[in-house]
Amino acid sequence: MLYSPVPLHIPDGFLSILLSLVLWIVSIAVVAYAIKHVNLELDERKVPMMGVLAAAIFAGQMLNFTVIGGTSGHLMGAAIATILLGPWAAVLVMTSVVSIQALIFQDGGLLVLGANIFNMAVVGVAVSYFVYTTVRKLAGNRSVGIFVGGFLAAWFSVEVAALAAALELAISGTSPANIAVPAMGGIHALIGIGEGLITLGALGLVYTTRPDLLQAGEKRSAGGTILWIGGLLIVLALAIASPFASANPDGLERVAEQSGFLHLAKKPMYELIPDYLLPGVSSEALATILAGIVGALLVLGVVLLVTLSRRKSTQQSMRDSGTSRKKQ
Amino acid sequence: MHVHFLDSYNPRASLIHSLDPRIKLVMTLAFIISTALVPPGTWPAYILFYAMILSVEILSELGVGFVHKRSMLALPFVLAALPIIFTAPGPELVSFTLGSWTISLSLTGLERFISIALKSWISVQAAIVLAASTPFPEILLAMRAIRLPRLIVAIFGLMWRYLFVLADEVLRMNRARAARSGHPDIPRGRVGGSIVWRARVTGRMAGSLFLRAFERSDRIFMAMVSRGYDGEVRTLPLPGLSLADWLVLTVGLGILAVVLLLGYLL
Repeated sequence: MLYSPVPLHIPDGFLSILLSLVLWIVSIAVVAYAIKHVNLELDERKVPMMGVLAAAIFAGQMLNFTVIGGTSGHLMGAAIATILLGPWAAVLVMTSVVSIQALIFQDGGLLVLGANIFNMAVVGVAVSYFVYTTVRKLAGNRSVGIFVGGFLAAWFSVEVAALAAALELAISGTSPANIAVPAMGGIHALIGIGEGLITLGALGLVYTTRPDLLQAGEKRSAGGTILWIGGLLIVLALAIASPFASANPDGLERVAEQSGFLHLAKKPMYELIPDYLLPGVSSEALATILAGIVGALLVLGVVLLVTLSRRKSTQQSMRDSGTSRKKQ
Repeated sequence: MHVHFLDSYNPRASLIHSLDPRIKLVMTLAFIISTALVPPGTWPAYILFYAMILSVEILSELGVGFVHKRSMLALPFVLAALPIIFTAPGPELVSFTLGSWTISLSLTGLERFISIALKSWISVQAAIVLAASTPFPEILLAMRAIRLPRLIVAIFGLMWRYLFVLADEVLRMNRARAARSGHPDIPRGRVGGSIVWRARVTGRMAGSLFLRAFERSDRIFMAMVSRGYDGEVRTLPLPGLSLADWLVLTVGLGILAVVLLLGYLL
């Protein structure tokens, strides 16, 4: 691949179904609100703008710089989108980026797409917005607020999104919290610096050439109080939950057991079936062998079918070319 | 140079390619959900799911090797599940001491790890087949058919259309940077400037990319309006589903349900 995205896109199979569904519902609710808030229905100019800027964020992830040796830093883009477009438009843009990455490039799964949208488009944007507006307020009217705010927003968006992903993995019972949280948090604390520096460079360029865009972004963020509070709550929740979870992985283990309840349904059913069908062969081993045979037969049948139809079609085409030559 | 090679659509004249995109989208989602629903460690179900996706790959004539090579893309993420082998409660498989640490592999953990890796590997293959056998505009139509919001689908469509244009732009920018500030890929060659300097150069490139995209989106909007755009992206409707389509859907969902049931019974 041309680009190697921030390792935040969770593939299918890593999150429990229950958690995937819950995060789908949350993401759909936020995106639905964003569509309403951005006034897409009324302002038809916005649709091409969102589409092209989402493409720009995606393409911008192909921009990278050498860190050391083979590693390179590059962009997630939630912070820059939030600052330039306002938070609700940024939610839509990031949702599009994450969805297209999953649909076309298999970067992140489809069932867990709701979770990936939640991490990058909801958490990423809410945290960026919260950090950026807070720093801007604190800095007063000075332009230094734009840059400090931009850098911090970028760093926090990556770090908090990573912590959210780590907690989701822990809740699903895929990765123990005391390893996942420090590992993901640690790696992304470094990746976040790269994100912050790129965001800083981008904001610098926009500030010198099109300062009107930065002001317009500010205007668009009017009515973002809900998101500001959301960002604050997310940062607080993760600041508390992360160290707690890594100190007491057993607590999350219990949540994992409960959220993975669908898998527990296996046990009682299992007892209905006699354990041994043949002396010395458990039903499970027998089923595995049977499944292997059935699967192999299925694949073999398809291979035969395809080769036969291909042979027929080549014969057909040879005959066709023969007749056409005769006609000439 | 153009980055059309980014597009994962791979045209072939196969049964899978000619299947209705709505059926393909629904079947892919159903397949991934079924794999996710199967309890960990039910190997017979995994084998059957794998045989199913393998058959579809062969039918699609995409090349089994092509799909398997692409499916390695999600492999690095397996690292995230690796620690579960050592920490999951359950009967101990092996344990060895490393200095003052005792490391033990648990059977439940190993089973869970292999299950996660297999599920993820099988699911990603289904997603690859969908993307490689269906042109993206058809996937968009299928999304509308399963009632995704009109405006989101319109944004997806425009994003996809300009993705390749902007990716070309990035390639040009990268080439310009390589020409002006020393190519970093020379073996043992020194990379110019400090890390912070390099990051800020990249940042300015990103900023310039966004500004160009902003300006381009204005021009695109004007071009759209001049061609009669009024907020609605109109496409030719898909033809109604044929009897064969319904048959494929019912049989496909039926097989998935049977395998799923099997997974729970075993």
